[in-house]
Order: sequence, then C-alpha cells, then structure tokens
Amino acid sequence: MIRPCAEWNLLLHGYADGELDAANALKFEQHLGSCGGCAAELQRVMALKQAIAQDQVSWPASPALKERVAAALRRETSMRSALPAVAGTSLLSRLFDHVRRWSLVPSMAILAAGVFLMLARPETGMSLQDELVASHVRSLLANHLTDVETSDQHTVKPWFTGKIDFSPPVVDLASRGFPLVGGRVDYVGGRVVAALIYRRNGHVINVFIWPSLTASNATMEREGYNLVNWKQAELSIWLVSDLNPVELKEFKEDFAETAPK
Amino acid sequence: MSHAVLPAEGGTEVRTERAHAEGAARFQDVILPHLDAAHNLARYLSGDATAAEDIVQEAYLRAFRAFGQFRGGSSKAWILTIVRNCHLNWRADQQRRANIEPLESMSHADDPAFEDADISERADLPREEITPETILAQRMEADEVRLVLAGLPEAFREALVLRELECLSYREISDVTSIPIGTVMSRLARARAIFATAWRQRLAAGKKPR
Repeated sequence: MIRPCAEWNLLLHGYADGELDAANALKFEQHLGSCGGCAAELQRVMALKQAIAQDQVSWPASPALKERVAAALRRETSMRSALPAVAGTSLLSRLFDHVRRWSLVPSMAILAAGVFLMLARPETGMSLQDELVASHVRSLLANHLTDVETSDQHTVKPWFTGKIDFSPPVVDLASRGFPLVGGRVDYVGGRVVAALIYRRNGHVINVFIWPSLTASNATMEREGYNLVNWKQAELSIWLVSDLNPVELKEFKEDFAETAPK
Repeated sequence: MSHAVLPAEGGTEVRTERAHAEGAARFQDVILPHLDAAHNLARYLSGDATAAEDIVQEAYLRAFRAFGQFRGGSSKAWILTIVRNCHLNWRADQQRRANIEPLESMSHADDPAFEDADISERADLPREEITPETILAQRMEADEVRLVLAGLPEAFREALVLRELECLSYREISDVTSIPIGTVMSRLARARAIFATAWRQRLAAGKKPR
C-alpha cells in the first residue's frame, strides 16, 4: 500500500478534527487530491474516530451517582444556609444567620482558593514576545485565524466596535501586495487586543494592536518568527510573521504610512 | 417581599443571599448537565468504577464552592479540569497509602481480557495479513474499544476521551490539560497511532470467545 506522508501527518489529524483554519485546510485538500497514501490514511483516521465515538464506549453517570451528587450539593447548600431549626424562627433572622455563618466560615474561602490555585495555569514567566508568537502560532494551528473574514477594511473596522475599547487602524494594503484577510479579538499580555491578519503569498502576518504609551521601536526574531514593534497614534503595534525580515519591514512601512498617525 | 421590612443596613446581605441562591440555580443549569462527561473522564482516568464516583462527587463539591470564580467560557472544560485535578489528588493518595509502584503499570493486571492486547506477535498468523484495511473491515465492538482505550498510556487515553467522547475543541483540551494547543494536536495524532497498533495486536491475538 502507498504510505501516507509523514510531513502531512499533523495537518491530517487537524483536518480530520475540523480544527484547521481555511488556508491550511485548503492546502491539505490540495495535497489530498494528489496523494493516495494520505487519502487512505484519512479514511482510516475517520473510521477510527467513529469507532471510538460510538455509543456504549462512554461511561455515563449512573442514576445512583446522580442522586449522590445531588444529595451532596443539597447538604452543601443547607450547610451554607444552616439554620438552627428552631420553630418560629423568622425568615429575617434565618437570613441573617445564614449570611453571618457564610461570612464567618473562612474554610470555605480557603477551599475555594485551593480550587482556584489548581486551575491557575503555569503561564508565568512568559514574556510578551513569547505570548505574541504563541498567539500567532495558535491562530495558524487552531481554527482561529479570523473571527471576521473579509478583505474589506470597511467591514473589519466596525466589527471591532463594542468588542474592544479602542479603534484599531484597518488599512487596505492589497495594492502593495499585502491583502487583508480579516480580524479577530485576541488576549495578549493580560488584555484584550485587536488582531488584523494580512497575507503575503503563502505567509500570514498577524498585526496585534492595543493602546499603549510605552511602546518602543524594536525588531527581533523568536522561535523562527520575526517580530516588529512600533508605536503610532498612542497604539502599540506588533507584527508577527514567518515572512522574511525585509518584506516584513516593507509591510511595516506601508502600514505605518497608510494608518492615521 | 421580605426585604421591604428589613432595616436599611440589611440590604446588602439580602442581596448576598439572593446572589447565593442565583449562583446555586445557575450551577444546576450550567455545571450539573456535565455529570455524564465528568464521570466518563473520571472512569477512564482512574480505571476504577468506585473511585470514579468518589472523584466525581469530590469534583462537584469543589466546583460548587468555587463556582463564583467561574468566569464564563466553556463550562464543560471548567468542570473537567476540576475532575482531572481531583483524579490527580486521588491517585497521589492511593500511592501514598499503598506505597507501591505507580498504578499505571498495574491498572489492568487483574483484567484477563486485557492480556490479549499485550500479545504483539503470533507465529501462526503472519503480521503482514493484518493491514489497516482489514481493521476497517472489522467492526469494533464498543466494549473492546473500551478495553483498548483503557490500556493506552494515560496522556493518550485522556486526549482521546476528551476529543472523541467529549468532543472538546483543541483549545478546550489545552485548557483542561494545561498543554499547548500544538501539543494537543500531536498528542492526538500519536494517540490514534497507538490505538490502531493496540487494536491490530488485539486482532492478531484472535478475539476471545464471548
């Protein structure tokens, strides 16, 4: 039998899971049309997914467990509102008892904090640049390159209204060889930011924008991606792309020139 | 309404009370429906029917107490993260108590049906005949799928359960397991390859009469 291509393996699984963005899905479909090995492998993966997802493989909760959990939650609720079961206690005093009891039980807060700490993800120590690169890579891997997909700047700009508290410059650079693909809202450096997506040939350029007074001019390389940062009109603008530094600088100049100063 | 007769300073406390009641109601609506998913994950992670139920109950109590910190997003990913943590606690407890080697290596030692999956070669059955195509032709019975899943290393078992059984997105799996999204993708690819190999070995070893 024809072997599937090792270098397409990851994309194949992302495709089977419906997690590729449009550009990568298209790329993979084109390959699929010309590669019998990968086509057969995709069929096998789909069959495997079906076999695992069939009924009776999951272990649903038993009725007994459902009742047990419901009872435990009831106990928890009544502990919260634990009422000295004195006949004739007014609703008012019961409410106060409840509140007093609740606010005076520090163990609850500690338990809650414990859960919170367990949930906290180990993302400390990640620099802003690392976060930007991670966000760029994620936008390519997962099906999340754009939230609004259009080459029309007049569609993208209003789309951001109400989603973020500032107005990012959305410029048309198609004539310079950088067509606009769309926009999305992302989360970087502890705040919600605007991301614009442009393309140059096969390369994706993520433009991250947020209000800042402290941005500096910088160009750097990280994990094989090129980053460019500058400040314009009280906005910090970051470019992240696998595009070569020369063309990325060209994009920066075109973007900076076209966007409001 | 009762608050009409309250003294003025009682206002905030009544609101707190009401917030608790609303929180409990929202918990019922938002988190309780994931009980099956929670049990499924706990069952596959622990490999133990009794422990799974304890883990689920513990997870739901913790979730209930911490519900105020739930900030929206995927409620399913949120409760499954807590289930996963409770499972880790449970296993740490087990190991401390028994002071034995990790459970992973012995979780199926007592399951005779499972030994089959460990037989990789049989002299009377040339391996080449078992191609992936014949695997497709062979319908996989659900209880056999369960056994093969149960025999996978935990990280791969977890990834497949979250993806194929609970239908979480890569992003949600990344949230639950605290691994980067790219790793989620490669882990799933690897998990499926391991699953297919284990299945092939099961076929090669011949099915048990049932």
